[in-house]
Amino acid sequence: MNSKKTGLQPELPPFVPIDQVGVEERAARFRTRSIKAESKVHALRLALQMVDLTTLEGMDTPGKVRQLCHKALYPHGIDPEVPKVAAICVYPNRVRLARQILEGSGIRVASVATSFPSGMGQPNARIDEVRHAVEEGAEEIDMVISRWAFLSGEYRLVQDEIASVKEACGPSHLKVILETGELGTYDNIRRASDIAMDAGADFIKTSTGKVSPAATLPVTVVMLEAIRDFYFKTGRPVGMKPAGGIRDAKTALHYLVAVKETLGGDWLTPDRFRFGASSLANDLIMQLMKQKSGSYQSADYFSMG
Amino acid sequence: MKTRKLYIGGAFKRSESEHSYPVTDKKQEPLAHLCRSSRKDLRNAVEAARKAFGGWSARSAYNRGQILYRMAEMLEGRREPFIHELEQISLTRQQAEAETDAAIDRLVHYAGWTDKYPTLFSSVNPVAAPYFNFSIPEPCGVAGIISPEDQALIAPVSLMAPVIAGGNTCVLLTSEQMGSVACTLAEVLHSSDLPGGVVNILTGIRSELVPHLVRHLDVNVLILAADDSDMKKEIQENAHLNVKRVHIYEQKDWNKETTQSPYRIMDAQEIKTTWHPVGY
Amino acid sequence: MSENHTSEKNNRDSARLPFRAGWSYDPAPESAASIKLDKRYQLFINGKFVPPAGKKWFKVWNPATEQVLAEVAKGDETDVDRAVDAARKTYRQVWSQIPGKERGKYLFRIARLLQERAREFAILESMDTGKPIRESRDIDIPLVIAHFFYYAGWADKLDYAFPGVKPRPLGVAGQIIPWNFPLLMAAWKIAPALAAGNTVVIKPASSTPLTLLKLGELFSDAGLPPGTVNILTGPGEMGMALVRHPGVDKIAFTGSTEIGKLIQQNAATTGKKYTLELGGKAANIVFDDAPADQAVEGIVNGIFFNQGHVCCAGSRLLVQEGISGELVRKLKDRLETLIVGDPLDKNTDIGAINSGPQLEKILGFLSESDEQGFRIYQPDCELPEKGHWCPPTLVEGVSQSHRIVQEEIFGPVLTIQTFRTPDEAVALANNTPYGLSGGVWTDKGSKIFKVSSRIRAGVIWANTFNKFDPTSPFGGYKESGMGREGGMHGLSPYLEVSE
Repeated sequence: MNSKKTGLQPELPPFVPIDQVGVEERAARFRTRSIKAESKVHALRLALQMVDLTTLEGMDTPGKVRQLCHKALYPHGIDPEVPKVAAICVYPNRVRLARQILEGSGIRVASVATSFPSGMGQPNARIDEVRHAVEEGAEEIDMVISRWAFLSGEYRLVQDEIASVKEACGPSHLKVILETGELGTYDNIRRASDIAMDAGADFIKTSTGKVSPAATLPVTVVMLEAIRDFYFKTGRPVGMKPAGGIRDAKTALHYLVAVKETLGGDWLTPDRFRFGASSLANDLIMQLMKQKSGSYQSADYFSMG
Repeated sequence: MKTRKLYIGGAFKRSESEHSYPVTDKKQEPLAHLCRSSRKDLRNAVEAARKAFGGWSARSAYNRGQILYRMAEMLEGRREPFIHELEQISLTRQQAEAETDAAIDRLVHYAGWTDKYPTLFSSVNPVAAPYFNFSIPEPCGVAGIISPEDQALIAPVSLMAPVIAGGNTCVLLTSEQMGSVACTLAEVLHSSDLPGGVVNILTGIRSELVPHLVRHLDVNVLILAADDSDMKKEIQENAHLNVKRVHIYEQKDWNKETTQSPYRIMDAQEIKTTWHPVGY
Repeated sequence: MSENHTSEKNNRDSARLPFRAGWSYDPAPESAASIKLDKRYQLFINGKFVPPAGKKWFKVWNPATEQVLAEVAKGDETDVDRAVDAARKTYRQVWSQIPGKERGKYLFRIARLLQERAREFAILESMDTGKPIRESRDIDIPLVIAHFFYYAGWADKLDYAFPGVKPRPLGVAGQIIPWNFPLLMAAWKIAPALAAGNTVVIKPASSTPLTLLKLGELFSDAGLPPGTVNILTGPGEMGMALVRHPGVDKIAFTGSTEIGKLIQQNAATTGKKYTLELGGKAANIVFDDAPADQAVEGIVNGIFFNQGHVCCAGSRLLVQEGISGELVRKLKDRLETLIVGDPLDKNTDIGAINSGPQLEKILGFLSESDEQGFRIYQPDCELPEKGHWCPPTLVEGVSQSHRIVQEEIFGPVLTIQTFRTPDEAVALANNTPYGLSGGVWTDKGSKIFKVSSRIRAGVIWANTFNKFDPTSPFGGYKESGMGREGGMHGLSPYLEVSE
């Protein structure tokens, strides 16, 4: 008897074991895919359109955020064929500014919330922060889970917390940051993914970028597989966002290979896959220019983020 | 004069053919009748051995060692009758004593190997990937043993002990003329907590039995210790039918301690390698 | 209610994700330009390439393009005589006189030279066999090198492997190897034989002799004394002449159980020692608590590695009933992402079937589906026009009594059966005359130990499949052969000990 249907306390998703060596070998196999010629250009453009251009520093002045937004609007400056990124990702107090600059561009504004990056704030304050970011105009909320609760086995608390944030998001999309670098095992990453999706996450996201290791390919594979199983169970497609540590185009293409071969072409869109990164965008653009011109490029020719 | 029975599946039975043949003592006086095993007796013996294999191989090495030691104790308890029987058949008193004592010692020796040979012949293999990898010996299954014509006690004991110490079961074809000693040995086995079917003992005309034993697809190992070129040829030409492991022991004096070795145990062992990932 | 539940589950299990939609990979072929092949390859006897006595030749084809790669000498009994004589003389006069540490140095040097030329060997191996370059580059050739490196180190340490029993070489080893892993099987045989102090006469499979002949060239470059390893190409009868030759002390064979039995008989009746690595029909058992996605990967590696031309392939999937629907759905999804085609393309997962006759044999099994009432599932993948190809294939609706479940297919074909209890799984796994390998997938450690100890097979992969390493002994129970290759145990087939 499914307690969900009876209105009793919801069940936690069942435990799904993950074999570390197996999943790391799977990830290594994705890295052996050789992406050449047209398929490389296509992938570079796609990857660029999936970037959440991110700045999340205590020193994020309005000037810095303005700079980032302009980079989002004019990725190459000269070549208009270079596609735009999906979103920019900032702290709540920079959301309004970003929205002003990006209005009408199609580039979305995402905000971290819920006492990013540690998640150690008061529960009410964390929810209030979400409401505030949404009111300021954030179209996407990147929340962090309470890793302390997860690691002490309080899965239901984590689940309830995500459900509350989802409610506070209203129409804004919810990305749930698991901070996989603190979860210790792939089993835990899978369990956290399942809990997050079950509680209403629109995206699941690896990391804050403040903890090492941040995104890795095997972690992403585990989460993509969780998304696939959830999709087959519920019919609801959940998006994936690896964040932190993806600095070059070559690595980004490996992630796209993993997405293609785990979830298929339907997930190869910014609606369902994002890269949380700051320096990746420029490398993608450089590689695109290299493919176009045939010459290897220099960072001197590309504007900083 | 009594007819000595076969030992199949832990029971003493007459040959289903009901045939027997007389054997004599060293003065050519009638000694006993031995069953002339038929191919059906052989089939039944292999079936009994197969049936016993699962249980015997799953026993702990400690337990198998205790049972082999128990066999030695029981043999020692019947030392005098064995000496008498050996003396009656072929040996001097002194030789008979020596052979009986060697047989007791042989069982004690292999009793001590059951929980040690795996340590010697196992390995942990340092593979170049995150896997734990180890190799261990496991028993082959059912062994067919062809005992030599002489050395009626020490030879069957020396041949059978390493095979069962390693968790196999066996069908033993005795000496044709001196098989009565092995029949007496069966009584020792029967009273030693050895599960029925682990050792099955057949007397008879071996040229009639060996072809069926060699061709039997449920026999995994064949050990020939009889110096007989026809049998050897039969085995070499037919063991491939089920890729039998064959070991031919050239004529030797089984009384000697140099014939005992853990390598005899390994003759009826496979090596199994297991891989498992190492990770969280 | 429960029927409703079942049909809901079935719908889920039959849903598909569009793996071929959107972005796809462009060809990424490895260049074969660096491969210099002679028009003709002679026999390698006593350190020299010499023409065959019969002056006859046969063609070697690339199974992916159906183009002739080279002509190779068709050796006969006279050539066997010459090669065995050379090996005997070298054994007596040279190789047995060299101390172990010096033998080891030759093997180390061979490993080094192979490392330097690894890519060249990988490309040629793929051209000759049809196997994907990803495998020849990342698996076959690295393992070849590792084998020489590993056994090199044993050459002066044999007394530690067999303490107190004075290990000695046997003399001349006759070796016959198959077409599925030509250079790797050569390394598995040559490296321990030489380390133990034997000399070698080796016969590669007629369809895949080229990398071994190149290895012959490399042996000369390494300064290996002439006659230490002799390479004979030729038909099966020539191989049998080697098996029966009185100057050969030991036969090592890898190949089918059918031929292996003949070899056992011929080696035994001519008084030789022998070891055999034969066929298999391994079960890959997946329990309902297994890490499912890694199990799928292991199933794929188990049966589609090297087009399924693998004696230890996990060709029978046994899956616990409760998860069979979901697991098979995952497997079918995975099949959609396997790329079949040009072996030299770096993205190819499944290359060419090694020969026309082998393809016919595989298709013969599949053609029984109507008559015997089983279902075949193949992904909708494009196959090249030329060459021999078989897409990855799942066979459903079979039971233990189907021929396709009992016999070795040696192709990319996986049969799927379900089970309810561990005992049933073990019984199904062992219900075969073979006993080479087995797989078990579960998250429960105690279950792994129990199931793996009950499978009657020489190699058990628990939560993995088709892993190989020179330190790890490999070989079969029952009709899958006798003797071990790899590890310390792999030395004993090439040594005599006094006990």
